[in-house]
Amino acid sequence: MLIKKRTGIEIPSSEITPQHLYLSRRQFMAGAALATTAGLLAACGAGGAPEEANTAAVNSGNGGTAVSATTDELGDPLNTYDEITNYNNYYEFNTTKDGPARLAKDFPTTPWQVEVGGMVKNPKTYAMEDLLKFDQEERIYRLRCVEAWSMVIPWVGFPLAKLLNEVEPTADAKYVRFETVYDPDNMPGQRGRMFPWPYVEGLTVEEAMQDLTILSTGLYGETLLPQNGAPIRLVVPWKYGFKSIKAIVKIELVDYMPTSLWMESAPTEYGFYANVNPEVNHPRWSQATERRIGELGRRPTLLFNGYAEQVAHLYPDPKYDTNLKPRGS
Amino acid sequence: MTPITQKLSSIRKLDRKTTAQILRVSAHMLSLYALALLLLDYSRNNLGADPVREILLRTGEPALVLLILSLAVTPLTLLFGWKQLHPLRRIFGLYAFLYVALHLLTFIWLDYGLNLAYILDGILEQNFVLVGFAAFVLLLPLAITSNKWSQRKLGKKWKTLHKLVYIIILLALIHFWWLVKNVYYMPFLYSAIVTVLLLLRWQPVKQKVLRFQHRPRNRQSAIRNP
Ligand code: HEM
Repeated sequence: MLIKKRTGIEIPSSEITPQHLYLSRRQFMAGAALATTAGLLAACGAGGAPEEANTAAVNSGNGGTAVSATTDELGDPLNTYDEITNYNNYYEFNTTKDGPARLAKDFPTTPWQVEVGGMVKNPKTYAMEDLLKFDQEERIYRLRCVEAWSMVIPWVGFPLAKLLNEVEPTADAKYVRFETVYDPDNMPGQRGRMFPWPYVEGLTVEEAMQDLTILSTGLYGETLLPQNGAPIRLVVPWKYGFKSIKAIVKIELVDYMPTSLWMESAPTEYGFYANVNPEVNHPRWSQATERRIGELGRRPTLLFNGYAEQVAHLYPDPKYDTNLKPRGS
Repeated sequence: MTPITQKLSSIRKLDRKTTAQILRVSAHMLSLYALALLLLDYSRNNLGADPVREILLRTGEPALVLLILSLAVTPLTLLFGWKQLHPLRRIFGLYAFLYVALHLLTFIWLDYGLNLAYILDGILEQNFVLVGFAAFVLLLPLAITSNKWSQRKLGKKWKTLHKLVYIIILLALIHFWWLVKNVYYMPFLYSAIVTVLLLLRWQPVKQKVLRFQHRPRNRQSAIRNP
């Protein structure tokens, strides 16, 4: 069953979408019509259920279907399915934004296994089917790219904590190391020697256990497309997008700070923590503002991407990072 | 001059005029190509999910290419002795300015929504933009003085002033190197081309090229007019 949640904060029950609004792709047309009617009724003040109106299924262009809300918890509209699936940073395919959607079309995601091991009591290799058995929830998150653009995305997935609790990290485990598949036959970008493939990322165990941290398997109620990191990817909404590693095949608990691909290729530019912070510039560009895809003009970037309430306590100082200097220092 | 040679030379003159015309028209079309394509894609809603960035890139790159083309005219005249290319220097230069102006307009308007505080942060806190902005500022006087009147009025100073283009192209290249994220093919390519073009203007290289050129041509003309 799909539990709808906008963020990791406690959600009022009115925001949990009633079962009947979960629509399969085929039911969508009828569902959209219903939802529209509900919306109109509410707008006309002719009764109807307001919570149904604002949790209506929305059409998002090509293929996107049921979501529980049309905005994030700050009231900003979701990006369309089209935008989310056609504007990707995924250097394993190529370095353009529209390239991954094209080049990843035939990327094989079945069968798929994720090996979870390292400093855990119960190491296990999960088949994708096993991972889909975790309750899949909707999480509407802002995604802030280190390049100073952002989107609002209705992910579907489950908290990483649930998986970690199953394998039980030992007391010595301090960090989680993630690895993307190495498949140069199907990932043309991995054939180049520009980067030390495969992609690696890491979190502290505390960050990994935070309820906001999810493994995503879908978006807009649809199975994840390859350009978005199918079949399974990390989403850590208070960190720059590059932390949210895609097409994961390996999750390892370790006692050292993993060196991510970006830390290795540009150590002066990308730190381990990479928390969204308008006060800490990238060495070559400002992080004070961001361009929300689909909007003109800029909006100010929020500390921890607007999730400070949930995650600030994880850090001794919001400017905490290994490599990046705060402004004016 | 016999009537026949007179006629021939007038045909040749006419030819030269038409070639000049053709060259000029081609230069305009070439320069406007990127803008036309951009407008077409815009009208077809074909600029992708982030049209602002797309417009930034698709005004920035033509600006750089046109600066380079403008810079290439003199060495090409030198290499091929084709003086008729000369007016293209101004055409390409002015179009480069047009694209840079559109590029800047995109930045302050479409991207930064004319929000002064954001724009200042965007220019001052980002070295690659600062450098690009400097290039734009230096291009201004060149664009303003690109007419015959200024050229006459400024005399020798005009030539000195327009040497700014060397600084501008260097700033533009630094701008490009600085903004790309770890994938340096394009800035490398443009830097290589600019290096060759600058080398061709360097006296020792220029002399060698000229000497090499003059030998065969003198022999040919010697055969034609004994
Ligand atoms: C002579 C002047 C300039 C030239 C030749 C130039 C050229 C370029 C080029 C070639 C690119 C990269 C295109 C690509 O990656 O395909 C670029 C990007 C960019 N330029 Fe300029 N530029 C100039 C001035 C400026 C100015 C004045 C500004 C703003 C005040 C500016 C802001 C930017 C920005 C923000 C980007 C990049 C965007 C991104 O990657 O998201 N540039 N420019």
